[in-house]
Amino acid sequence: MLELKNISFSADTENGKKEILKNISLKFEDGFIAITGPNGGGKSTLAKIIAGIIKPTSGKILLDGEDITELSITERAQKGISFAFQQPVRFKGITVKDLISLASGKDITVAKACDYLSQVGLCARDYVDREVNSSLSGGELKRIEIATVLARGTKVSLFDEPEAGIDLWSFNNLINVFEKMHSTLGGSIIIISHQERILNIADKVAVISAGNLEAYGKKSDILPELLSASNPACSVLTDNLEGAK
Amino acid sequence: MINDTEKQLLKIIADMDSLPTGAYNIRANGGLGGRNTTESVQIRNKEDKPGIDIIIRPGTKGETVHIPVIIDKSGYTEMVYNDFIIGENCDVTIMAGCGIHNCGDDESRHDGIHTFFVGKNAKVKYIERHYGEGDGNGSKVMNPTTVINIADGGYMEMETTQIKGIDSTDRITKASVADNATLVIKEKLMTHGVQRATTDFTVDLNGENSGANVISRSVAKDDSFQSFKSNINGNNLCSGHTECDAIIMDNAKVEAIPEICANHIDASLIHEAAIGKIAGEQLIKLMTLGLTEQQAEQEIINGFLK
Repeated sequence: MLELKNISFSADTENGKKEILKNISLKFEDGFIAITGPNGGGKSTLAKIIAGIIKPTSGKILLDGEDITELSITERAQKGISFAFQQPVRFKGITVKDLISLASGKDITVAKACDYLSQVGLCARDYVDREVNSSLSGGELKRIEIATVLARGTKVSLFDEPEAGIDLWSFNNLINVFEKMHSTLGGSIIIISHQERILNIADKVAVISAGNLEAYGKKSDILPELLSASNPACSVLTDNLEGAK
Repeated sequence: MINDTEKQLLKIIADMDSLPTGAYNIRANGGLGGRNTTESVQIRNKEDKPGIDIIIRPGTKGETVHIPVIIDKSGYTEMVYNDFIIGENCDVTIMAGCGIHNCGDDESRHDGIHTFFVGKNAKVKYIERHYGEGDGNGSKVMNPTTVINIADGGYMEMETTQIKGIDSTDRITKASVADNATLVIKEKLMTHGVQRATTDFTVDLNGENSGANVISRSVAKDDSFQSFKSNINGNNLCSGHTECDAIIMDNAKVEAIPEICANHIDASLIHEAAIGKIAGEQLIKLMTLGLTEQQAEQEIINGFLK
């Protein structure tokens, strides 16, 4: 289980220090947890803090009771945290198969690489030997990014807006991917998302707005209130949802 | 006879575990380490200077010619002239390469001038690998010059790689491309320590509908220095593209000087050059897959130079 205890993060800006995250405490049990909230609310920062890419100003991160706050990105990855970037990185010369092999930690067969690619709706044969470079579209890269997390199969899988940049047709596939992941991957699947359909397949939903944890609980308790737009912090979210429909 | 060090060099530069089938010529410390000719491929010593003529009969298809050069005698230096006469309508592969093992204190050096005459409608793939090793203080130097003449409708692809161990190299390539002919050059280069490497490509697109694509990828580590110069002259209706992409690390220095010159209204030429360190986000991505920073760096370089 992943646990955040009193996580705060502030960054230097032109106008002095800005608090991005304020005293966030969250327990991610096994299952599907969606983190949502308006843009600029601190969600991606929280994901980067979990992955070790940025260090919190204060607070602790525990993985199965072990304090991992001071551990590097590599050490956290090795202990079982996977992270799919919001904007996947391109590599000249590294093929899709290379990247999936690196993710799985061993030299996998083409058949196995194809299996992961098929799961994210890519016709594997067309992709395994392609370079992860600018010849791939944003949507293709996103799905390859998700495939690397599937290939790792760790106890914590973290996705930062997996739907961003994916077309509507592929989005339906993506929902299927996450539904399936729910039953096959195990552990905690944490997804940062604005999409109602992703929130709908979550077990629990956390709402982060202006650096605060506004709500956290069962989907059935959180979603109705979230979508009623009575909360000003969530009006932005509903706008996003409207915009995406 | 070839010793174990030489066998190892042959494996690295030419993928040769045993003697290849087909035509070959192995040059070892200036002497003949082995030669085979076939009905279609003649190999002859030059009479006026060191080197060989490789003559490939018109219409030869599917043959591979190996012509590796190895040096494991410290202090040995040579200047070799090899000419390749490739007949019309051929489709052949030529594997060249030079490996130096220097355990001594004197400079070992191989300078070579390879001249290609690619016949009408012939297709040639030319693969060249350069490699140095040995723990002596003597430097390992290679200065390859390649002169390429492609006749009408011909196609030549040159894949030139220097991965490790060459202390100093000046790589010069000059090409002239006739009507409907195409030249593709792919260079991969890595320098480390205090090595220096200069590359200088000049391509004259003389023919109508001629084309050239010159691509260089390089990694400069430690205190090494690289200079990349590429000059494409469009003298007719033609298309040319040159691209240099370099990763710089540590205290290395890299310069890229792409030059394109259109001397004809229908010449279409492009150059691109980029030098930069490994992007932080690339390292971070691979670290989130469980690699250490050093492993991530190595994977990025391996991929880049693959």
